[in-house]
Amino acid sequence: MVPTSHYLFLSLALFTIGVVGVVTRRNVIIILMSIELILNAVNINLVAFAHLWKQVSGQVFAIFIITDAAAEAAVGLGIIIAFFRNRETVLADEMDLLKW
Amino acid sequence: MNPLPYFLDHIWLIPLIPLAGAALMLLFGRRLPNRAVSVICVGSVFVSFIYSIGAFAQLLQRAPADRVVQRVLFQWITPGPVQTVGGLKGFLAEWGLMLDPLSAVMILVVTGVGFLIHFYSIGYMGHEGGYYRFFGYMNLFMFSMLTLVLANNMLLMFVGWEGVGLCSYLLIGFYFLRKSAADAGKKAFIVNRVGDSGFLLGIFLTMTTLGTITFSGAGRLDTPPITGIREALAAGFASGQFVSGAPALTAIALLLFVGAIGKSAQIPLYTWLPDAMEGPTPVSALIHAATMVTAGVYMVARTNAIYQLAPLALEVVAIIGALTAIYAASMGLMQNDIKRVLAYSTISQLGYMFLACGVGAYIAGIFHLMTHSFFKALLFLGAGSVIHALSGEQDLRKMGGLWSKIPTTARTFLIAALALCGVFPLAGFFSKDEILWQAYSSELGRDLAGIFWVIGALTAGMTAFYMFRLVFLTFFGKSRVPHDVEHHIHESPRSMTVPLILLAALSIVGGFVGVPAALGSFVGISHYFERFLEPVIAQYAPHAAEATAAAAVAHHEPMEYLLMLVALATAGVGIWLAYTMYLKRTELPAQLEARFPRLYGLIYNKYYMDQIYDALFVNRARDLGTALGGFDSKVIDGMGVDGSAWLTRRTSRISIWYDTWIVDGLVNLSARIVWMFSFPVRMLQGGRISGYALFIVLGILIFLGYYLKELRAMIR
Repeated sequence: MVPTSHYLFLSLALFTIGVVGVVTRRNVIIILMSIELILNAVNINLVAFAHLWKQVSGQVFAIFIITDAAAEAAVGLGIIIAFFRNRETVLADEMDLLKW
Repeated sequence: MNPLPYFLDHIWLIPLIPLAGAALMLLFGRRLPNRAVSVICVGSVFVSFIYSIGAFAQLLQRAPADRVVQRVLFQWITPGPVQTVGGLKGFLAEWGLMLDPLSAVMILVVTGVGFLIHFYSIGYMGHEGGYYRFFGYMNLFMFSMLTLVLANNMLLMFVGWEGVGLCSYLLIGFYFLRKSAADAGKKAFIVNRVGDSGFLLGIFLTMTTLGTITFSGAGRLDTPPITGIREALAAGFASGQFVSGAPALTAIALLLFVGAIGKSAQIPLYTWLPDAMEGPTPVSALIHAATMVTAGVYMVARTNAIYQLAPLALEVVAIIGALTAIYAASMGLMQNDIKRVLAYSTISQLGYMFLACGVGAYIAGIFHLMTHSFFKALLFLGAGSVIHALSGEQDLRKMGGLWSKIPTTARTFLIAALALCGVFPLAGFFSKDEILWQAYSSELGRDLAGIFWVIGALTAGMTAFYMFRLVFLTFFGKSRVPHDVEHHIHESPRSMTVPLILLAALSIVGGFVGVPAALGSFVGISHYFERFLEPVIAQYAPHAAEATAAAAVAHHEPMEYLLMLVALATAGVGIWLAYTMYLKRTELPAQLEARFPRLYGLIYNKYYMDQIYDALFVNRARDLGTALGGFDSKVIDGMGVDGSAWLTRRTSRISIWYDTWIVDGLVNLSARIVWMFSFPVRMLQGGRISGYALFIVLGILIFLGYYLKELRAMIR
């Protein structure tokens, strides 16, 4: 039996990779992918604890989050396409409209 | 209970009714149809005329000594002390009317002739624009003139005096779109103003000399008694305070006469009257022949109490009158404008009236004033009718042969001309003869009597000449009317010819009220007019009345007959000359003109008086205006206004500098300081999403770090 801490470390690694990707990458699509990584790190966390406590609600939440991630990817990609049509770029450091 | 009979009690209505008409016209006239305007305005004068007749009749019913009534409407200037030569005196001026024989005659003339002229105007002005305006001004004039005549004190008289001047100005300039008319109006007003200043000074001097400006204290019924000029002078004369010829009285008389000179167009202020002919003809008839211009004569007669104690002033009056009479007559000889001939004739006749006043024969002056107003109004209205018939032509050289074409006008005009020439037995004969006789025989002008008489007789001859020149050129001989005008010649409508006929009747019979003593035996009513007006003339010495009566009886009848015949003969010669020159041998005038070009030019150009006045006064006044205008634009505008503007601009630079560098500078400085200190904070907000994301992560880490520390503490 794999101890819970292993799941947690995997989750932590994934989460860290996701966060670093979000903060450092310029391409918005990659940032979006990194956000998927973060969400899935959370999923692993939820499933691991569900397995540990023998409760199903954690897995239910994981399914919710997968659904949510799908919706979020759809909306995010839509925004990116709309943005690309306006500014012909998908680079995050050129998205400085929020400054104004 | 008021003891006065109705009409005497209501004399205040006489001026007030035309005022109401004028107010109605000038406020609402524009919206009234012409017919209503005619009814209201002519009607108001007619009602006024009826009241005048009533008042006159009721005045006649009283005893001669009792024929004076004063009605005080209200107190105008409330009593107050005024410093006079004889110490402090109570002074007041009332809005009061006085009816005595003198003003009774005047209101009859003014309202009677005025009514006929108003009636005439219905036809004459019927086609003109501004019909209501014309009648409004005419009614306003009637009000002013009646106020002038009925005033019981000098100040109220002055109100009327100015009122008639204003109406004269308005009516001369009635066709104000024509520059000559507007200019003539201005000229009349300004020249009159010169005279008015004399009148006003005369009033002030009267006030400080006598302490009263009310003419007389007699005839006051329900009002507090008051000392009038007449009583004050009589008392002063009796007590020796005023002697005949006192300098103050002479000064008053002369100043008042300056006013009379202006209003009655005497030398040297006569130049406005010929120009005043620019107004509509009924205006010339009413204002510049029959009524307003005679106001000066009336004023002298009204203040005779002062004049009688100022023999020097009287002599001036007589000399000015005589000179004006002959001077104006000579100017009338060569005029070609039908109305201007009449204008010079008016000036000349006014000179006669002043001559009469100047030799102390005030009544003869007023008598001539009355008859003159009849036939001169008729002459003007007749001239208006001629002008009407000829579609506006006023030039004698373009008339002629109108006798049978406009018969009523022609016949009445001839009657008026004969009356003016003093042909027996028309009105002018009696009044002019009376003046000539008085000039010859009076005590006052004895040293100059012969000269006065000669001037008067010569003037009579000249009058006859120019009047018949006018008649012959207008009505007889070959027609010189342009062909296109000739078609339209027509007799004037009824409303114009009826006043002509009535005035002609008055011109015929008007003189019989003053038949002289020498002829009185034939008619049996000798000197009725003089006896009626006698109470108006102040008598100082108690025996003066008897002396006058004795003098009247002692008329040197043969001498009077002789003078009468000579005057008649002079007139006859004048008529004969006119007949020869303008009807029989029409080439004569041109020959004379060629023979004496300079004399002709001198007279034709009215002795160049207008040019001389222009050079002496008008242009000098204009120069003064230009100089003052230059002062205005250079000094006031240049240095004052523009200079202060320049100074303001200069000083404003300092405040501009202060504003930009100190006030704005402080604001900018604070902004810059804020900007400087905000630098690190500003750096945080880069607008880059990844930057914000980093902050989110850092925030979470800080939060988590703190939380984990707590957690570890809990676990331990």
